[in-house]
Amino acid sequence: MKVRKPASGSETVSSSVSLSEADKKLIAEIQGGLPLVSRPYEVIGKKLGLSEQQVIQQIQLFLEKGLIKRMGVVVRHHELGYRANAMVVWDIADEKVAELAPCMGKFEFVNLCYRRPRHLPQWRYNLFTMIHGHDRDEVMNNLKFLIEQCGLEDTVHEALFSIKRFKQRGALYQPQPTS
Amino acid sequence: MAHDGINYTSVDENSSVEQHLLNDFQHNFPLSPTPYADMGKQLGISEEQVLQILQAKKAAGVISRVGAVFAPNKVGASTLAAMAVSETELEQVAEQVSSFDSINHNYQREHEYNLWFVITAASKEILAEEIKKIESRTGYEILNLPMLEDYHIDLGFDIKWT
Repeated sequence: MKVRKPASGSETVSSSVSLSEADKKLIAEIQGGLPLVSRPYEVIGKKLGLSEQQVIQQIQLFLEKGLIKRMGVVVRHHELGYRANAMVVWDIADEKVAELAPCMGKFEFVNLCYRRPRHLPQWRYNLFTMIHGHDRDEVMNNLKFLIEQCGLEDTVHEALFSIKRFKQRGALYQPQPTS
Repeated sequence: MAHDGINYTSVDENSSVEQHLLNDFQHNFPLSPTPYADMGKQLGISEEQVLQILQAKKAAGVISRVGAVFAPNKVGASTLAAMAVSETELEQVAEQVSSFDSINHNYQREHEYNLWFVITAASKEILAEEIKKIESRTGYEILNLPMLEDYHIDLGFDIKWT
């Protein structure tokens, strides 16, 4: 099955949520991943002077506020055999983005679907999708399927396949705590 | 206790347990005091085995971490940046870009804009400064493409094992 969920609208970028110093410290502590020990939240709490329950409640709150999109295992595609990926960029009429983008974002082979600004004349594209596959052919087949399903035959686009990965790791939102 | 009645613990099923561990916990990770023990209960293996598998997969680079995926631009500020770098300078420029702590992804792609990277900072102001620093260090202008709207709900990645 290629569709993983019904489209449920979009999430507009909001200005960053104001964070307390305690929030920032917690983010700095967990951004690199939870410790792989029996009681990870207790270990984090000890470093920050918080109880295990306080850490859990704060992470729960971050999830509810949408600061954290998901909690779980973060896999690396390339090492799992998904050796091909293309950033497919689309020039979609501004008034059609709200209709077309939710269609594109719902396929499980589409890993990202973001609207970004054009920079004319050198950059005309305003919608960015990331498509992974085991090889180049699979990515191209997925792209073909996406075009058919969402009616994108006449939409100008380019597939920017990755050639080399120079760096990949989780983002650092706060300076790393010195340990 | 495998609640669906399947016993995953025989030796032949080891890889299946690993696959479930990587696939089933990309979201809804337990927010209980003992998350790894809870994951083990669901898969019918021990906490110790869960931790061993996760440590091995992390060491092998198959997982980058176990934890939070933050929403872009809600915590801090980030942007996608592109540069059109001459082929002869690409390796050197890529290395200069990667050397910044604010860079988490950096890829060469097939396009006139051939170097693509994500810059993340604690605030918009720091991000703007970082862009200037990278431009000045490399001598190349950055095409700044911040996210304006997100049409993808991140449920992780459904791995198709082959």
